[in-house]
Amino acid sequence: MSTVEKVGAGAGTYVDQRLGSNRFLKRSLSKVFPDHWSFMLGEIALYSFIVILLTGTYLTLFYKPSMVEVIYQGSYVPLKGIAMSEAYASSLDISFDVRGGLLLRQMHHWAALIFVAAVSVHLLRIFFTGAFRKPREFNWIIGVVLLTLALGAGFSGYSLPDDLLSGTGLQIARGIVQAIPIIGTWGAFLLFGGQFPGDDFISRIYSVHILLIPGLILALVTVHLMMVWVQKHTQFPGPGRTNNNVVGYPLMPVYMAKAGGFFFIVFGIIALLGGLVSINPIWIFGPYTPDQVSAGSQPDWYIGWLDGMLRTMPNWETAVGGITISWNVFIPAVVLPGLIFTAMALYPFLEAWVTGDKREHHLLDRPRNAPVRTAIGVMSLTFYMLLWIGGANDIIATTFDLSINAITWFLRVALFVLPPLAFVFTKRVCLGLQRKDRDKLLHGYESGRILRLPHGEFVEVHEPLDVKERAIIESRLMTDHAPLPMPASVDAAGVANKHYRVKRLQAKLSRVWYADQIPAPTMAEIEEGQHHAAHGALSEAPLHAHADALENVPFHGGVLHTPGEEKTNQEQLNDRGGHL
Amino acid sequence: MTDVNTHEHSDHPVTSGRLPVADVPHKPRRTDVDPKAARRAERQVAGMFTLSVLFVILFVVAYVAIPKDANVYIPVLGLVGAMNLALGVTMGAAVFLIGAGAIQWAKKLMPDVEVVQERHELASEPADTAEAVDQYERGKEESGFAGYKIIRRSLLGALALFPIPLIVLLRDLWVQPTDTPNPQAELETTIWRKGSRIVVDGSYAPVKASDLPVGGLISAVPENMMEVQEEEHTLNARGKAAILVVRMQPDEIRSQQGENWDYQGILAYSKICTHVGCPISLYEQRTHHLLCPCHQSTFDLADSGNVIFGPAARRMPQLPIGVDEEGYLVALADFAEPVGPSFWERG
Repeated sequence: MSTVEKVGAGAGTYVDQRLGSNRFLKRSLSKVFPDHWSFMLGEIALYSFIVILLTGTYLTLFYKPSMVEVIYQGSYVPLKGIAMSEAYASSLDISFDVRGGLLLRQMHHWAALIFVAAVSVHLLRIFFTGAFRKPREFNWIIGVVLLTLALGAGFSGYSLPDDLLSGTGLQIARGIVQAIPIIGTWGAFLLFGGQFPGDDFISRIYSVHILLIPGLILALVTVHLMMVWVQKHTQFPGPGRTNNNVVGYPLMPVYMAKAGGFFFIVFGIIALLGGLVSINPIWIFGPYTPDQVSAGSQPDWYIGWLDGMLRTMPNWETAVGGITISWNVFIPAVVLPGLIFTAMALYPFLEAWVTGDKREHHLLDRPRNAPVRTAIGVMSLTFYMLLWIGGANDIIATTFDLSINAITWFLRVALFVLPPLAFVFTKRVCLGLQRKDRDKLLHGYESGRILRLPHGEFVEVHEPLDVKERAIIESRLMTDHAPLPMPASVDAAGVANKHYRVKRLQAKLSRVWYADQIPAPTMAEIEEGQHHAAHGALSEAPLHAHADALENVPFHGGVLHTPGEEKTNQEQLNDRGGHL
Repeated sequence: MTDVNTHEHSDHPVTSGRLPVADVPHKPRRTDVDPKAARRAERQVAGMFTLSVLFVILFVVAYVAIPKDANVYIPVLGLVGAMNLALGVTMGAAVFLIGAGAIQWAKKLMPDVEVVQERHELASEPADTAEAVDQYERGKEESGFAGYKIIRRSLLGALALFPIPLIVLLRDLWVQPTDTPNPQAELETTIWRKGSRIVVDGSYAPVKASDLPVGGLISAVPENMMEVQEEEHTLNARGKAAILVVRMQPDEIRSQQGENWDYQGILAYSKICTHVGCPISLYEQRTHHLLCPCHQSTFDLADSGNVIFGPAARRMPQLPIGVDEEGYLVALADFAEPVGPSFWERG
């Protein structure tokens, strides 16, 4: 035992005698974590958040959250002598006079962009693989809340430098608050401490940005991770992986080295980005003033879809009886985002209600095996992407020389037409993949090798699946579930079923959910199919070609080749059939 | 449809505890069978950690040695700040190499055999649940929570009301000026008054009607803008009073918001978009269309500033103007309707 280890063991004992920590270590050091590239998305989110906290702490040391007017005297010559808020002046100082300040600012901004992106893609991974199902519904809700907090953190941070772009974002936010019926005007005055822009807002949003939101994110991330720890990570199907086990690498040493190493990779890449790629050059547009704006103003990427909704919405407003309701702002900026996030948070419960599935799920779904869910996901993504196009309609118009009005009208129609089409298309693709899986399981995969039989017939050689692929496809056998039965309107005693309508809706939706599913082969069918392919095909195919063709068109005459055998096909044929 | 519980893969035996997964083909890595390869991997990992140390030293050197204002030309990137580039690259490399080393170590030298652990049902044992229920019942009994109805109700009432002070305390987020009855009063007026001279934003020079050519466009504010701004220490007045002054042929004006609110074809409109308040700056001289850069609402200044496209619902408010005795443009009154985004009490 080295000296360092002795000291460590001593410290471990000291702590253990006070906290009983060795009991925890005993259980935890060998804890198994499954491995998959998509599980790193959440890690990227976590690690970029740590980088945000680190760089943000440094920035608070140099930034001054004040709207007091000062005359800039720093070293950026074009703005020298110009009146601006202290917030903007200190942001310029960070960029030009604090050594490494620009690096910290750019790292902070890059890390924030990566954070929101990682959270979003992580959420998509969870959605498409059904990882939100029982018992992980709480963690899904926490995730949705974390996403909204991440958007809030991003927007509040974007507003702090008090340059022309950030101020424009605030002005829009104020317009949105003002559009909320009944409380909007008062709400805007309270938030901004009076009229726009006032002199309070930067310091207020500063405490939101550096204390309130990060505090909440930190607390929720902790709970998020604790739940992952307690419930154990989900895993993708594979050999030896069941709903009742975890297959992967132990925390000590492999997972610790990989996950720990990955933190440094993420950190390193963000630092390289901060050093190499300019982001939000706040000195270009100058200080904020409410009567100037630059053409082509664009928010950070994650606000683009909200901006797209604002841009696409028709100009509806109602002014009646002394009040004004700005549907044109209230609906796209408040109502729809509220509905979308609520629907997202409730999704696991809605799906569980429709499927009637109350089992625990630790084995992830392959997206194709839940066609309706996958279709809903792609439909939502299509909607999101269209809104993104809306958020960039001016850039698209100038780049491709199109009319903004035409783009807007296209989107107003496309937002209602394309998502349903995406739904249908995705569902069809999923079902096609299911068919392919079924065929593979029953008859092996097509090797692409064509064999000519002695009597002249051509057949394609089918190879059996390897252990891994077979286990992945067979995982469907463990996840399938039948639709709910239609309820009876009256029970056996003739008493009316009080919940009949709700139950009937549930059963109907359940039928939609499971409609068209390609039945997974039973184990008997699989064995029969492989037996048939392996031993029977050769002798039976030529003799029963006609009957086979009717029964199993795609596998007509299939010959199964056993991999690893170094024999020619003719030798194999001879071994098995002989008489051909 | 096969139920998960009845379907067991007999050919995939599940092992428990920290055991390798049976039945998965496992190919040994080169580092597992070739000691030379293992030593090479060892050198790679140690090399990366050592390089990381080197980059930390380089970081400190760059911090001390590079002048703040030095620029350097890098192909692709162009002219960039030398300090930022050097600090970012050295710090990034130092940190990245630690991660790359650790992962290389894990991939090449640590075991690459997957192991299995059993999951345990998350729900508590029925006995545990029963005991918890017992304890709760005993607590309820002992406290008398169920029995003392008045205590229970008064406690709930007290708990429901205690956040009220916390909410009330938020009222003075806006310290309401004594002469301002409500928020809308502040939104409905600007500092434009009858006779306020129109001055060019930035230079604050008054504008002679005869100096503004047809097709011309000026971003303007009232003459007392600077004084008001210094007095109030905010940009609030500017946020409402900013205007655009344009000149077109008088016969091109199809309509305006009041009779003779122009002066010989010179029109003044608010600059603050009626959608969500962005300042509007894109004016197309030929069509007299005004386009908001934020959400692309389009207004026709030759036709009362009416909305012709986009999400804005209301026309741009017009400022009635004329000239004073010296021929300078002046406002004839404040705006007749509130400028900027709509609000509930606007009517």
